[in-house]
This record gives sequence, structure tokens and C-alpha cells, in this order.
Amino acid sequence: MAKFKAKKHNIAIDMTPMVDLAFLLITFFMLTVKFRAPESLEVQVPSSIADTPLPAQDIMVISVAPDASGKWGRVFFGVDSKHTRLSILEKIQEKYGYVFDEREKKLFSVLPEIGVPFEQLKAYLNLSETERKAFDKTASIPIDSTNNQLGQWILFARYSNPKIRIAVRSDEKTPYPVIARIIETLKDQKVHRFNLITTLEAQPKS
Amino acid sequence: MAAEVGGDSGAPKKGKKSGKAHKPKKRPRIDMTPMVDLGFLLLTFFVLTTTMSTPNTMPVVVPPKITEKDDVEPPKISERKVITLLVSRGKIYYYTGIEKPDLQVTDFSPKTGIRKVLLDRRAEVEANYGKDEMIVIIKMMADAQYRDFVDILDEMAVINQKKYALVDITPEEEELVSEYQKVVEKSS
Repeated sequence: MAKFKAKKHNIAIDMTPMVDLAFLLITFFMLTVKFRAPESLEVQVPSSIADTPLPAQDIMVISVAPDASGKWGRVFFGVDSKHTRLSILEKIQEKYGYVFDEREKKLFSVLPEIGVPFEQLKAYLNLSETERKAFDKTASIPIDSTNNQLGQWILFARYSNPKIRIAVRSDEKTPYPVIARIIETLKDQKVHRFNLITTLEAQPKS
Repeated sequence: MAAEVGGDSGAPKKGKKSGKAHKPKKRPRIDMTPMVDLGFLLLTFFVLTTTMSTPNTMPVVVPPKITEKDDVEPPKISERKVITLLVSRGKIYYYTGIEKPDLQVTDFSPKTGIRKVLLDRRAEVEANYGKDEMIVIIKMMADAQYRDFVDILDEMAVINQKKYALVDITPEEEELVSEYQKVVEKSS
């Protein structure tokens, strides 16, 4: 009996590995939280009461932000999967006759968002990372009615993945005519149902 | 050390004393439990924030384009059930009906703004034609921003207005707004 009591008092688990593990995981999550979305176009989305989460798969995102003049917008395009990106690049090759080598294809397949005209795409893929970042600050996909390449991007993406859904991620200060132009483009592609990406805001009472 | 204590067990008093004397030599033990608690608290926090940072989406449905070859007329609606909103930057000009529009202005403020206007108009239409008969026509003006667009669609969701349409603004309406602005400037 005496022995038993003595043992009960002495139970002590060494917590050190547990602490190690916990802090390792914390570090991991802290880092992933910070670097989760490396978006090329900085966008402050407006808030709304909509609470449907954005699906993670089968989604193309059209990003819009006002340009330097503040009167017109810059447009970027992104799809979620590598496979779809590669398939889009092949369609661009077919339609416009540009030839991309393996290195360019590989780079294209890892870029989350692209905002260059088709003519400059090859040159863009040959820039260094810092040069690309600098280029992204002024670039845009053309959306004028005479040269609407956004429509082509949407067409290629839908050919590559028929299940794909469309989301528009726009800065809240974007002038409306740009949005109207994008909605017009979507209508031309027979897309009448799409999503606007927003951040959550509390629903007002009554 | 334990062996020593065990060896002295024949004389318990002596053993205790010798234990006390040895205490400064013992390795200090830190209780890690609070640290683990804190660790897992932070861990939980970061796990939750990662999953919660997924953005939300607002669905939009726009009417298809009607071209001449489609041979379809746009649907006709009674002007008595309609309210037309001309959305400008942070401001909404609105009128009811279609003929002889009497333009008024409001904003997005929660209690007195566009929500009240819409609910009043809905009550009016409901009294005459029954439930869910009001139709809201939204026309965005060129100086509006994307935020205004999301805000007005949000208002539709808040008051649960299902019948609304996004239509292009006409030059007549632009004229109407600029005239209205002139009148306001004179009177102020």
C-alpha cells in the first residue's frame, strides 16, 4: 500500500516533445496564414452580407483594380488548377500560333494570375521574377470592345474545364464602366450567372 | 538518489532529513503544462483563421442580351409596380413609374436611406397588387464605383427583393439627373 501511494504522487509526464510539436505546428500555420495568397493584383474587396464561401475548385477568378489614372481598370485572370492552366496555354498556342517551350509552360502553370496581352505573354514568361512583379504593376488584359482578350481567356478556360465557375474579384474603388464592360464580356460568352467575391459584413437587424 | 532513500527506509525520520539535505542538488523541474496549454491555444487560433479566411461570394444573375435576330421582345412590365434606381457614387437617384418621372435622391445610410425608400414602395405596391409584385430596375451611372454596385445588390438581399433587373442607363435619365443636380446647386 505504501508503495502504491508513493507511485501515485510521482506521475509526471515529460511535456517537452509535446511543446516542441505544438510550437512546430504553430510556426507552420503562422507561415501558411501569411503567405497563403500571393496575388499579383492587390485588391480591396467590398464587404457584403453574402455568406456563401468561395469554392476552392473549378473556379476562374477575374481580378479588377483601378489603374493609375483611376478612371479605367486593370484586369487579371486566374484559374485554380495547374492542369487547366496548361490546357489554356495550349489553346493560346493553337489559336495565335505562338510556340512556348517546356520552361515557359512550366512557369505558366505555376503562376496564379496572369495580366498580360497574348502578344506579350512569351516575353513576360522570360522575365525574371522581380521584373515580372514590376511588370504586373502596370499590366492588364485588354478588355476594349475592339480587342477583348478577356473573352478569349474565358472561352479557353471553359473549353479546358467545362465545370468551371466564374468569380469576379474587384477592388471596391473600381469605376463602374469597367465592371459593366466585364459583365458585357461575360454576356457575350453566354455567361449569365457568376459570383462577386466579397468579405463578410454583419447582416443588419430587421 | 531514490535508491539511497529506499535504502534508508528502515528509519523513516532519518530518510526524510537526508532528503531535505539533498534537495539543492536535485535537477529543477519546470511544469510544462501551461506552456502546452498556450501552445495548443495558439495552434487552434491559427488553424481556425486559416480556414476562415476563405472569401465569400455573392451570386449575380444578369439577363441575356437580346439581339435583333433573336426575335424576342423584352418582357413588358407595368409601370405602377416599378421603382427605378439610378445609382451614382454613394448616392441613389430614384423615381417610380416610367412616365413623368419625379426624381428624388437618397443614399446608402441604413435607417433612412434606400432601404426605407424600397420598403415604402413595396408596401405601396403590395397594397394595390399583392405580394412580391414590386420590380426594381437598377441602372448604374458612369461615375459609380464597384462598391456602389455591391451595396445595391446587398440591399436587394437584405430586403429579400427577388425581382430586380440590371439595365443600362438611357441618355434621357442621365439628362434628368444632371438637371436635378443643377436645380439643387441653384437652391443651395
